[in-house]
Amino acid sequence: MKLIFERSMPGRGTAYVPDLDVPEAAPDFAQRERKLRLPELPEVQVDRHYTELAKETRGVNGGFYPLGSCTMKYNPAAAEAVAALPGFTEVHPLQEDATVQGCLEVMQLAEKYLAEITGMDAITLQPAAGAHGEFTGLLLIKAWHRSRGDTARTKILVPDSAHGTNPASAAMAGFEVVNIPSDPNGYVDLKELSQRVGPDTAGLMLTNPNTVGLFDPNISEITRIVHEAGGLNYYDGANLNAIMGIVRPGDMGFDVVHLNLHKTFATPHGGGGPGSGPVGCKAFLSGFLPGIRVEEKDGKRCRSEAEARVGDVRSFGGNFNVVVKALTYILSIGREGVPATAANAVLNANYLMHRLKDIYPMAFDTTCMHEFVITLEHFKEETGVSALDIAKGLIDYGMHPPTMYFPLIVHEALMVEPTETETKETLDEAAEGFLAVLQEAREHPEEAHLRPLTTRIRRPDEVKAARKPVIRYDFGD
Amino acid sequence: MHFPKELKYTKTHEWVRFTDDNTAYIGITDYAQDQLGDLVFVNLPAEGDELTAGESFADVESVKAVSDVNSPVTGTVKQVNEELADAPEKMNEAPYEAWFVLAEGITGTAELMDAEAYEAFVASEG
Repeated sequence: MKLIFERSMPGRGTAYVPDLDVPEAAPDFAQRERKLRLPELPEVQVDRHYTELAKETRGVNGGFYPLGSCTMKYNPAAAEAVAALPGFTEVHPLQEDATVQGCLEVMQLAEKYLAEITGMDAITLQPAAGAHGEFTGLLLIKAWHRSRGDTARTKILVPDSAHGTNPASAAMAGFEVVNIPSDPNGYVDLKELSQRVGPDTAGLMLTNPNTVGLFDPNISEITRIVHEAGGLNYYDGANLNAIMGIVRPGDMGFDVVHLNLHKTFATPHGGGGPGSGPVGCKAFLSGFLPGIRVEEKDGKRCRSEAEARVGDVRSFGGNFNVVVKALTYILSIGREGVPATAANAVLNANYLMHRLKDIYPMAFDTTCMHEFVITLEHFKEETGVSALDIAKGLIDYGMHPPTMYFPLIVHEALMVEPTETETKETLDEAAEGFLAVLQEAREHPEEAHLRPLTTRIRRPDEVKAARKPVIRYDFGD
Repeated sequence: MHFPKELKYTKTHEWVRFTDDNTAYIGITDYAQDQLGDLVFVNLPAEGDELTAGESFADVESVKAVSDVNSPVTGTVKQVNEELADAPEKMNEAPYEAWFVLAEGITGTAELMDAEAYEAFVASEG
């Protein structure tokens, strides 16, 4: 397939815009040294080029997308329609409060429902993504310790099964990261945790269910140990889809949480974003929240800012239109739909796991939450076929591959998260695909290394791409 | 898989080559590079940085994942092998030549094994 620059033919551009018939007014200092080298093509060729590219992509709209830890659920069209209303798109954040009462009501309602679902007292909608939310939450923890004059708390505890963003966010926020090992069941090792907490502990970052898809049964004990040592507990909301409406992080002993609206609350994801990572906290931290707060005075909504706020982490109210979509989703599924969504996400994951577990070894042989982790360590030893080969093979069966090589504590891992939006028929079809790929790999291991066989680009050279990336077109000069 | 006799090894798969009692080269083992796969990036410390035995002083990135590299010794970074930053493949091609840092002023070490003990350790891990 050609690049758009390779399709360019000088002089063949689209001429819907008339030529400039007045003298160019740009001053000399603003002139380019040479003309911009843009591709020149008729519009229809541009359209076809990008349509062709689009056909090569895989999205939730195109097929099963069990990318573990990412919650690639279907994004309902109704939310898009609501977010496209002119009252939400034709507004500016600097407009006077009186002219954006509807938008402020959206923020107020979204904050109210997200606080209710998480068991928190206040929410900021400003962070634009999950890791951005983590960073914001850690700033709250830091600000709180400092406000009490406690500057000795420099360490954040992170279990080894955590998302890679957790230690990164902690380091970005200026903390030192202390690793907490998992026990053989995949849960936080309580003994190790007790030994590592102390007067230098600022807090713990944890996701529950954890990254291997297990709900930590010791969660109350874990948060109690950290609280007793004087630290705070941060809940990474990445896996909230498994528990929302059933248990609340606030009731498990967490003080701060972030949510991924683009996961749990069905807003677009990945290239279709942008994301949104609201942060919730208990009342004692609410004075530090960044962004605007919406208050009601005399029946009118108005914006204010928290007194001890940690400073803006993004402009204005964050990715507001994403919040509109998330609120639409919450109101659409309603009070009964929130726990039903979590229950179905867990049911779907367990159904698929049970369809596969006789053939695919599971990293933890137990009931899972919203996702499960396969380990192909022994399969690789026997056949030489790796988790990567199997993931690539699944593409030939019309699926987006699951997450690979994560979490790190499981070798040759495939992490599968079907989400609640898939039907039993889709899961059955996917199970057949999973079983067929493994069967074929056992019989013809050499062919497994070549998969996928059905895509235009078979296996990109990931090593070369990482070592010697070519990220701009070479005009040959 | 190679286990050169003149080196000492850690349980976290780093090697250390002492040039005298207080000075040593540090790198990752053949087993480590084999497990990690093709390495595409290395994050090295700076000259003068403190090293603490058993604690991370660098990280390496493969197509699969990012992994910490722990220091086998407590000391100070005297010299950094900047060449690795431009040619991370050297860690795969010649792991025992691709040293990360030269450490000086060594005052202590992590638990170190000789080649024979390390080879047995690797066999028991696999």
